[in-house]
Order: sequence, then structure tokens, then C-alpha cells
Amino acid sequence: MVIVDPAQAVIAQTVKHEWGRLYASLVKYLNDFDLAEEVLQEALVAALEHWPGEGVPASPRAWLLQTARRKAIDRIRRRRNFAAKAAELEVLLELERQEGEMTTDDTFPDERLKLVFTCCHPALGEQARVALTLRTLGGLTTTEIARAFLLPETTLAQRLVRAKRKIKAANIPYKVPDPDQWQERLSSVLAVIYLIFNEGYTATQGGSLTREELCGEAIRLGQLLTRLLQGEPEAAGLLALMLLHDSRREARVDGHGGYLTLEQQDRDRWDRGRIRAGITYLDTALSLRRPGPYQIQAAISAVHARAAAFADTDWHEITLLYDKLYELQPSPVIKLNAAVAHSFHRGAAAGLRALEQLQTELHRYQPYHAARADMLKRVGATEAAIEAYKSAIQLSSNQVERDYLERQLRKAAGRGGQS
Amino acid sequence: MQYMLLIYTDDTTEPAPGTAEFGTYMQRYMEFTQEVKDKGLFVAGDALEKVNTATTVRVRKNEVDTTDGPFAETKEVLGGYYLLDCKDLDQAIEYAAKIPAAELGSIEIRPVMVFD
Repeated sequence: MVIVDPAQAVIAQTVKHEWGRLYASLVKYLNDFDLAEEVLQEALVAALEHWPGEGVPASPRAWLLQTARRKAIDRIRRRRNFAAKAAELEVLLELERQEGEMTTDDTFPDERLKLVFTCCHPALGEQARVALTLRTLGGLTTTEIARAFLLPETTLAQRLVRAKRKIKAANIPYKVPDPDQWQERLSSVLAVIYLIFNEGYTATQGGSLTREELCGEAIRLGQLLTRLLQGEPEAAGLLALMLLHDSRREARVDGHGGYLTLEQQDRDRWDRGRIRAGITYLDTALSLRRPGPYQIQAAISAVHARAAAFADTDWHEITLLYDKLYELQPSPVIKLNAAVAHSFHRGAAAGLRALEQLQTELHRYQPYHAARADMLKRVGATEAAIEAYKSAIQLSSNQVERDYLERQLRKAAGRGGQS
Repeated sequence: MQYMLLIYTDDTTEPAPGTAEFGTYMQRYMEFTQEVKDKGLFVAGDALEKVNTATTVRVRKNEVDTTDGPFAETKEVLGGYYLLDCKDLDQAIEYAAKIPAAELGSIEIRPVMVFD
């Protein structure tokens, strides 16, 4: 649909940009995720009715909040006929008290930090956290989220209903966590945002390599969090990491939708604006002198971004960064990446030796086999390389990735294939 | 709001009575109980006899069926509980993490249902 009406354009824009902020304020007043969503939705419908004829109000955000609050008062009043609960009466009194006050853009506080911590509460399942964050903060519709995650809409709707029910029944608080719970809770928030980004960036299932809208949404959430948590270097670190990865999004795919490695990518197609922004956020984060996994990963990505060509990559720096990362987060996947960097720094044979110790832990992990295949090919062990590619292909669930691996396999087997 | 903190442990990993560790373990439980009482959170709390003293009862077609032992064979079994009055789930999590058994087994937090 082409939007011609300026009022509709403003509404569409307001929904996109203000949804999270309006939603967060409403949850604070109403202490009820469902009610907040219903009245915000109604306020948007009201805007569609009134704005085209009456003109767009000076502060669309304030208008929507005011309208939503009035809708909430109506609803709670109607409910009271059935059962008057003390908590609801309190909400109602507070709402009625506020109704007289004029709200402007500047006078309503940003409650989104509370909302993000509630949505990413570790007492909710990981998938529920992701869905809830996209719905409430990102303002994505259930349909959009379901489509992005290739899930039936009913499954996703169910997931949201269950999550909201648990928030209410278990009384998951709507607040910024206390200092003693801060670290666990912050890492849960960052993990949710990174998960959304990665789902968009590597698109684990399906036929296309990236789903841009998820990457964009994750970056928006990262920007919001960085603004709200200026003393937290890992928030800026995560944002830097996402921007740096995202700068290569276009270059990762060739003209036919095929996947290209860092080595094969045309670096002129890297988004310089994103790289600059990423490096700026990284520098801000590093200046706080509290390194963490996201900052180090961003630093690794920045080393690649700074190299004019693949051959110019400072692999020594990258291996050092991986060692540092492994200290903070000892996982075999990090060892695998370190081994790949090592193979470019010290040679493929050295890389293969580093891979040996990972076999037990990573034999079900596609990138392990793909990395091993590549190193075997580089040392000239063609037969073994072919076997390793076959293992990688079997474990791959993304069509683009599988196509890439199959091309590599054909090349290794010397049966042609495209370059 | 009341939360039931169900303590699940594996007998074999808990300190055995008579050992020095057992003394320390019990001391920590007493301190925890005192803390939640002092804070006004304590509603109830008990340790349960070992699971080999458990009896399971079912009524099917009006017939009472009584059997020895617990319903399911799992390694971690219910060993005790606290019923606490907390302001929200975060506070319940904070205190669940202070129960000595949390380091050996696990604590399941269940909100007590409120009937309107």
C-alpha cells in the first residue's frame, strides 16, 4: 500500500518510533502488559480516525499516551462493575489524577529500561524473551515476528500469551534490577539483542542468508540500550559488534545470493558509515576500561574492518584478542575461531594441530568441519578435505551456506564449479 | 505475594550427618531461617524426611491405591521448603539463591495462587 495521506504517514512513523516508549509508559501506569497493548492499539485506531480530518497534533506521542490512558480508564471502570480489586482501584485513581495534567514530550519519563529488563528476565524462556522484546520494545506485530522467525503465527502468539501470563502470575517486577542481580540480568538483555541480530544475520533456517529487518531491529535496540546505559561498556560493545558485522552484510552475498567469505568479499562494498559508527562505539566502550566479551569480539571485527585487503589482516592481533576472549568465556567455539586465525598467522598445518583437541566437543558443529576442510585443502590433503566438507554439508541447515559448502567441495574434488 | 521455594536435592551430594560439613550446612540453614524471619518474609518452612519414607496415594474409581515411594524416579527429590512473603519474583530469586541447598541441588520457585 502506498501511503499518500500525511496523517497516515505520521501515524506509521509514530508507531514505529514511539511504540516502545508509549508501551513502556503504559505498562508503568497500568501494571498490565495486555491492557497496555490493547489501549495503545485503540489509541492508534483513534489516531487514524481523527488525524486525517483534524490534523496531526503538535505532539503525536503525547496525544497517543493521553488517549490510551483515557481508554484504560474506560476499561477499568467497566471492569469494576464485575469485581473491584484494590490494586485496580489504585491504578484507576492514579490515572484519573493524571488525566488533568498535560503531558508533553518532555514531561514523560523514558520507562523503556524497565521494560527491557522485564522482557529479558531470565525467568522467561529464551524464545519468549526474544518475542516479547520485539513486540513490546520494537513494536513489531505478531505477524512480523512470526514471519521473521519462520514460525506459525499461532505458535508465536501462544508464546507471547504464556510469557505475559507468567509475568503477571509470578509477579516478575517492572523495574531496573538491584545491583546484586545486575550482571546476570544485563547479560540476559544483551544476549537477547544479540540473538535477534544473529537470527537476522545468519538466518539459521530457510533460503536467504540475512533477514535485514531483524538486524535493523537489533541495532535499534542496541542504540537504545547504549543511550540508556552509558556507563556499561558491554552495551556499547555489543552495538559496535553488530554495526561492524552489519557493515559487511551486502558484501557477504554475491550476485546470485551465494555466500562469500571474508577473503572473497569485495571490501569496497563494506558500509564505511557503519564501520565508522562501530569503531566510535567501540572506542567509547574501551575507554571505560572494563573489557568484556562483546567489546573483544567487536575489536576483532574492527581489525578486519581496518584491513584494506584480506592479505593485510593483522592475524597476530586477532589471535591475541581470541586468547583474551577465551579467558573470559572459555568455550570450544572460541577455540575454533582462534584456530582459524592461527592458521592464517602461522599456517594451515598449525591451524589443524590446534583443531585436533576440539574434535570431541565440536564434531556436531558445522563450522568446525568447514574450517577443518578449508585447512586440509590448504595443506593439500584433498581426500580428507572432501570428507570434512561432506560432514559440514550434512550439518548445515541454511540453503545459502550449504550451496557455498557444496561449491567448495566441488572445487576441492577438482570437478569444476564456479569460483 | 507468597512464593513457595521447593528445595530439590540429591541425597548423595549433601553432607552426611555426623560430619563437620553437616554441622556447617545446618548452621547455614539456621542463619538463613533467622534472616528471613528477621526480614519479615518467613511464612513457613520445613525439612522433610528422606524420600524412602514417602508414601504415594491415588484414588481411582473410588478405590484408594497406596504405594511405597515417590511418584517418579528422579535423582533430585523434594527435601524441604520455605514459604516466603516477597514483594516480587526478584526478591524470591534473591532468597532462593541464599538457601544452602541451592549450591548442591536446585530451588523451584512457585507463586502461591491467589483466588479472586
